[in-house]
Parts: sequence; C-alpha cells; structure tokens
Amino acid sequence: MDRNSRKAWLYLLPSLILLGAFLIYPLIDVLIYSVEECYNFASQTYQGIGLYNYAYVLHDPYFLQALQNTFVLVIITVPTSTVLALVISTALSSIRPLRQLFQTIYFLPYVTNTLAVGLVFMVLFQRTEYTDGLVNLMLEWFGAGPIDFINGPHWAKMFVLCFYTVWVVLPFKILVLTSALASVNEDYYKAARVDGTSRARIFFRITLPMIAPMLVYLVITGFIGAFKAYSDAVALFGTDLNAAGMNTIVGYVYDMLYGDSGGYPSYASAAAILLFVIVLTITCVNLLVTRRRVRA
Amino acid sequence: MNIKLQNLTKRFPARGKKAQGEVTAVQDLSFEVPDGMLVGLLGPSGCGKSTTLNMICGLETPTEGKIFFGEEDVTALPPEKRGVGMVFQNYALYPHLTVLQNILFPLENLKGAERPSRKEMRRRALETAHLVQIDELLERRPRELSGGQQQRVAIARALVKTPRVLLLDEPLSNLDARLRLQTREEICKIQKKTGITMLFVTHDQEEAMSISDWIVVLNNGVLMQQGRPQTVYDDPANLFVAKFLGTPPINVFEGEVRGGMLLLDGQAVLPAIGAPDGPVFAGVRPEGFIPAVDGPVACGLNRIEVLGRDTSIVCTHPACEADTLRAIIQAEQAVVPADGTVRFSLRPEKVFLFDRENGARIATGDAPATGD
Amino acid sequence: MMNSKISRKPAPDATRRKNGLTTALTYLLLSFWAVVVLFPFYWMVLTSLKSYGAYNAEHTPVFFTLSPTLENYQNAFTAVSLGGYLLNTLIFAVLTTAAMVVVSTLAAYAFARLRFRGKNLVFGLFLSMMMIPTELVVITNFVTITNMDLRNSFPGLILPSITSVFYIYLLKENFEQVPDELYRAAKVDGTSDLKYLWKVMIPICRPTLVTITILKLIECWNAYVWPRLITDAPAYFLVSNGIQEIRENGFGRENIPAMMATVVVISIPLILLFLAFRKKIMEGVSRGGTKG
Repeated sequence: MDRNSRKAWLYLLPSLILLGAFLIYPLIDVLIYSVEECYNFASQTYQGIGLYNYAYVLHDPYFLQALQNTFVLVIITVPTSTVLALVISTALSSIRPLRQLFQTIYFLPYVTNTLAVGLVFMVLFQRTEYTDGLVNLMLEWFGAGPIDFINGPHWAKMFVLCFYTVWVVLPFKILVLTSALASVNEDYYKAARVDGTSRARIFFRITLPMIAPMLVYLVITGFIGAFKAYSDAVALFGTDLNAAGMNTIVGYVYDMLYGDSGGYPSYASAAAILLFVIVLTITCVNLLVTRRRVRA
Repeated sequence: MNIKLQNLTKRFPARGKKAQGEVTAVQDLSFEVPDGMLVGLLGPSGCGKSTTLNMICGLETPTEGKIFFGEEDVTALPPEKRGVGMVFQNYALYPHLTVLQNILFPLENLKGAERPSRKEMRRRALETAHLVQIDELLERRPRELSGGQQQRVAIARALVKTPRVLLLDEPLSNLDARLRLQTREEICKIQKKTGITMLFVTHDQEEAMSISDWIVVLNNGVLMQQGRPQTVYDDPANLFVAKFLGTPPINVFEGEVRGGMLLLDGQAVLPAIGAPDGPVFAGVRPEGFIPAVDGPVACGLNRIEVLGRDTSIVCTHPACEADTLRAIIQAEQAVVPADGTVRFSLRPEKVFLFDRENGARIATGDAPATGD
Repeated sequence: MMNSKISRKPAPDATRRKNGLTTALTYLLLSFWAVVVLFPFYWMVLTSLKSYGAYNAEHTPVFFTLSPTLENYQNAFTAVSLGGYLLNTLIFAVLTTAAMVVVSTLAAYAFARLRFRGKNLVFGLFLSMMMIPTELVVITNFVTITNMDLRNSFPGLILPSITSVFYIYLLKENFEQVPDELYRAAKVDGTSDLKYLWKVMIPICRPTLVTITILKLIECWNAYVWPRLITDAPAYFLVSNGIQEIRENGFGRENIPAMMATVVVISIPLILLFLAFRKKIMEGVSRGGTKG
C-alpha cells in the first residue's frame, strides 16, 4: 500500500471502527439473534436454530395489538399530515407580509423535545378527578360530552396520538414543501396568467405536477417515519404502552429487550426484522406506484 | 391591431432593507406600434424594456398613463382579457406536459361560449403547430427538444389563442449563434404569414436591427428614439443611440465647432453649417473614414485587421474619447503608410455632432437631425 | 378580428373583492394553525406559573393567571434533580457532537480529497449504510454495551451515537466544491494534508460545519430511546428520560405545574438555539434532515 492510501485509511479509521462496531456488526448479529431459539441472556446460550422466534412474535397478542396500532397510525397520519402541509405551504407561498413569522412559528415543534411537549399534550387532553381538562372544555362549548383521551376509550387515545404525531411531523413537511413551491419558476405562473388560467387549474395542472417529486419524497419518508413511531406514544401514555393498549412495533421491540417484560433479545430481533420487512415492502410499493403515476 | 402607449410611468417600491422611496423603471413613455409590424424594443439591461413589455401584457399595472389596443383602453384589463400572447425568455413550457398538451393549455382555460369543442381545440392546436413546423414533435416533452424547437413550441402556445398581439421577451438570448440566425428568419416568416402585430424585447442591437420593421430605443426608462432601423442608424437623435447602435461601435471625438467648421485636435475637418460655436462630441461611424493622402484627420496606426471583404484599421487620434478608433474601409483601399501615420477624410453623412452637456444631436445643414 | 368574442369588462370590482376575501381566508387559516402550534407552548408556560393549589382548584381551566409564581421552577431544581439531567444532557450533547464533527470531517476529507484504492467501493458502502434503520441495530448495541460493562456511563451513551453517515455525505459534497487548485497550490508550498484541512477546508466549509453541529446538538438534546435503554440510574438520565421519570415518580403527587416548569426549562435551550440560528437550521433540515 502506498503512502497516500495509508494516509486515507488513517483518516477513515475512526468512522470505520465506529460504523463497524455499532452498525455493520449489529446488522449481522440481529439476523443471528432472530434465529437462535430459547436464547438465554444471562448465560448467553441457545438451544437451536429456527424460525420459532418469528412464530412466537406473530402469535403474541401484544405484537398484534402493536401492529394494528402502527398501521392505523400510519394510515391516518401520513395522508392527513401531507395534505395539511400542502394546504399550509400553499397558503404560505401566496402571502408576503408576515410570511417569515409564520414560517418560524410553524417550525417550532421540530426543535422541541418530543417527550417534554408530549407531556403538555397529555395535560391538555387528560381528564382527572379534579378537572376535565382544556380540550374537554372546548368540546363542551360544542355540546360534546367529556372524554378521557389519555386513559379512556381506545379510539380517543388513538386520536390524541394521531393529532400529536401530525403536530410533530408537520414542521418538516411544511418546510420541504414551501421550498419546493418557491423553486417553481415564476415564469410558469406568469405564462398561465397570460392565458387566463384559473387558480384551481394553476394549482392542479401546474403547481402540483411540478412539486410531485417532493411530495413523493415526503410520502415515502412519512411512511417510514410513522412506522417507527414510539416516543410520541411514550410521551402521551407513559412507558407501559402494553397496559395502555397503545404500543407500537418499535415499542414492542424495546419492551422485549428491556424493562419489566424485557430480556428477550431474540424476540426483539425477530420483531425488528419483521418491521424492517414491512417498511421495505411498503417503500417499494410506494416507489412502484408513484413512478407509474408520475410518469403517466 | 396597433398598440399605443400614452405617458406610461412605472415606479416600484425600492428593494432592500435600507432602501427608501421608489425606483422609476419607466418614465413618461409614449410610442405607437403600427398594426401588423414586427417591432423591436431595444435597450441595455435594466432600461425598463421588460417592465414595459409586462405592462403591455398586463402582468404589471402602470403607475400612470394608459395603454390602448386600437381604440380600446386596456390599461385596467387583466392579461387574459387583453388577447395577448407572450413568449417568455426561458419559454416557460410546462415540463410535465407534452408539446401538444402545452399548446392546448391556453385553449382549455377558456370558459363558456368562448370554449371550443375538444375537436376544434385539437384542430387549432395542430394548425398552429404546423405553422411553426413542429408537427413531428407533438408527443415529445419539452426537455427532449432543442432550444430552437422549444422556442417554436412556446410561440405556438402563444399563438394558438389567435391573440391580437404577440409579445416576445428576449426571444433569441437562450439560443446558440447558429440557431439565432435561423430563428430570426423563422420569427420574421411567422410574422409575415400571420400578419400579427409582434413586439419583442432585446438588448442585442444587431438582433433588433436585422428583423424589426420598427425599433424603439429605451434608456433608463426613457424613450430615446424610434423609427425604422435604417433611419435610426443613419440619423441618431442623441449620443446614446449613436453609441448603442452599430458594430463596431461609433467613434466619438471631443471636437469643437468654430465658424461653421468642425475642428478635431485643432484641425478643421468638415463644414458644420448651422451649428453654434463651442465644444461638441463628434461621432464618426467606422465606415465614415476615407483614406486620403492629404486627409485632415491624421491618426497613428496601431494595427490592420484583414476581414476579407473589408479591412479594419485600428489607430489612435488625440481627440478620440477612447484609446483607439476603428475605421472600416474597402480592402483594396488599404495601404500601409511608411511613417506609421494614416490620414483620412470623412464622409459628412456618417458624422454626427452632439451637445457636450446632454448628448443631444446638433443639427447641421447637410444632415437633418430629426424627422423620419 | 377573432377577439371580438373575448368579453372585456372594465376593472372588475367583484374580482378585487374576491381576491381580498381569498387573502383574508388565507391569513385566517395560517393564523389558526399558528395558534394550534403555539398554544401548547403558551399553556405550558402559563401552567408553570400557576401555584399548585391554584391549579388544582380550577375545575374549569383558566386561560390566564393573576398571581404568577416562580415556586414551581424552584421546585423543579430542588425536588427532582433537573439540574443533574440538564448537566448530563449538556455533557452528552457537547461530547457526542464534538466527536461527530471530528470523525466526520476526517472521513469526508478522505473521500473528497485523498486518492486511494477502493474509494468508490467504500463510499458506496457508506451510502448504503444510510438505509439501515436504528431499530435493527439497537438490540445488538444494547447487548454489546451491556457486555462491555458500560451501562450507566458516558462512554456507553456516547460511543454508538457518534457516527452519522448522512453528515459525512453532506460534508464530502461540500468539501468537493473547494477548487482543486487550492490543494495543488498548498501542496506546492509543502503544506501537509492535516494543515490544509485545518487551515483551508474547514474555514471555507464552516457554514456547513456549523449547520451539522447544530442539527446534531438538537438530535442529542432530544435523544430518548438509546439513553433509556442504556441508563437506569437517575444519575445518568438525560432530559428526555428525566422528564419521563418525573412524570411517573416525580414530585410525590400529580404536580402538573411543577412538571410544566421542568418542560419549560428543558425546551428553552433549544428554542433559543433555534431563534439564534433559524436560517441555518431550516436550510440544513430542508437539505435532507428528518425527524427521529
């Protein structure tokens, strides 16, 4: 090896060591864990190799609950947040005064601690013996009865989780879409105006197709992000998500690994790999569908 | 349809954080574009020509003044009500639509009784495509086309609504040199075929001179001169126009008029009948020099550039405003002087006198300063 | 001519009024969402200023308070070890970010400037690593750190959090924009690579370095999953775990105003950082950051 090559590898060494130890080795290792049956964490022994761990996870009611919760969360929040972000950023691009101020405000949730602000949401939605909470007060104005969003019915808890998730992911989406809208050449709009194109037609026939690649990117990252939901749920419902019936797949993985019900890295690995497969499949489907759609 | 601009003024609020007040882009501009002409709006960048075009188009509202199409006052009308077509500098073709869809786009915007049937739309689109000769490209997307083809698609899209006026913003600036020549003729041809009034904006005087029936020269938002290209070239109204038109550019001397004679470096060179005594700028077109052994203008020879048909002589003269001056003479007249001094006499019709203070043309007996 | 059909009405007042209405509706929508975004912040500050007794006496929530008190803030620093959590997080964030910047700069420099065999292959490998989800590798990392006896320690917290392939990629792209001539000139003058990196590359690429530093600081400040797995001694809790701990066991009773005070204290550093580097952060995030 010549002197230059040696120097280059020296520069790369720290990142190679760290990535090897904490990214590549674990990736291989997790596959091994997931097929080692009856792995004992204390003695670090196992009894055989097979797919039992996967079978166990797939039959575990907690996992099925987590799977269901995650899918509901994904199906509700991804379209809602994308459409909402599109509406808000379109509105934002159509004004000039106060635009910067609004942009700054909308970005705030991005730089806040999910756990901490989740606590505020909990307080807003919670119903205790002392008080019905602020949200219930507002519901009362519209004549709706008090609902405990934090310890009450499953749908109410799901609603809060979805609401909070949308609140948390919107800043990123608004930011990306606003800059996508700003990058559309002004001349297209001028040309459309000379031709007397209506606002709606400009939006659907010009703006939307022009920012379509960015929308696709947002939908795909949105799916991936929503499938990995976890800390938002913890913030609202506490660490014992299984008891609250609000666990997510990632939450299930961590619970299997650590905590009161933990100590089963094999089950955790199997669940993590299942999650990875789901996300990968959905991403591929997304790409196939959108590619055909965007081309046509 | 003739276009009439009446005392048009456009002021913008000044940009930037500390800027105050307003910037005047166009100042009290009046001119008339006769029906069925190809008119070039010419000026250096930032002279207000694009703002003028946008006001005619309806994308900007004038601060003061009026715009007439024929007898009709269109000043307050939105662009789509004016019946104008516009070709943008970068063409603004929708990248996700095919050529045909791009051309159909303006027609699909029409509503109610104005909206033709699908079949009629298609017929008109194909007809327009045929006019600009892009019949084979209809199913392609803009990025699959060359610059010249995109240009033609943009023209087709502007023409499909059969506008009263076609406006073009720097139509040739995004094309390479070879395509420019071709597209120039193409635009000319389309204009002759349709007979539509066309107004285009350019900063390239050669481009404007070569295809326009009429040119309008602007500087700093103020009208400098208008007229047929040859007239403006032969009879510039002021120093700016004289300098702006013509390649190579006009040679400017600091001269003096005394007793009806033009003096350069103290040497009487030409009669200047009717001009008052005093310092002047004298502009001499490169083709205004005639080599003459006893000519009154003595120049130090710098170099001779052989251009084939013509010869360009680069030399110095003490009264010349620039470092060197350039004379273009016929190749056979070129002689290399032994002592490094070339002597010229001047063609009176190629020499213009301008006021030293404001650059205005000074009328002399042998060349009328104004008029067409 | 054919245009006789196009209807032309003089300056339509109706259109202008319609435009005004659209603008008003736009501002209404934007303001509504601004309220939705800001309200939780307002509520947490408001609640943190109410006394415990006053808050619990409100059966119907009150939107303001006439007797603000700082007692909750005092509580937050005395009754629970919020100060300790803040200090831990600060140490964790600063050390991790510093290590990340050094490691990433070196790697990015090697990819951008140095020539060596297998460069494209290694870089391709790096890029493909961007796709590995944290959830997959966290399990083994947990076992590794546990086996190394590094639980409840800063090395255990920091080591797996240092590398970020995305930042290496971002820096490499930026480094490559520095013209080759500068490098050749430096070489002719006998400058060493390390000196060139330090004296030329880093100053030129400072904006990008600042951006990734801030983004990494934010990421560290909000880290939850890894710290939760690797620390169970409150002495090593970061703010995210601390807030969870406070929520479940803190203050002895359901002391919401005190909790809100801790939330305010935790949120303020990041909001200040954001307001100071607003442009940089938003630009950096729109270039490819994602949350979580």
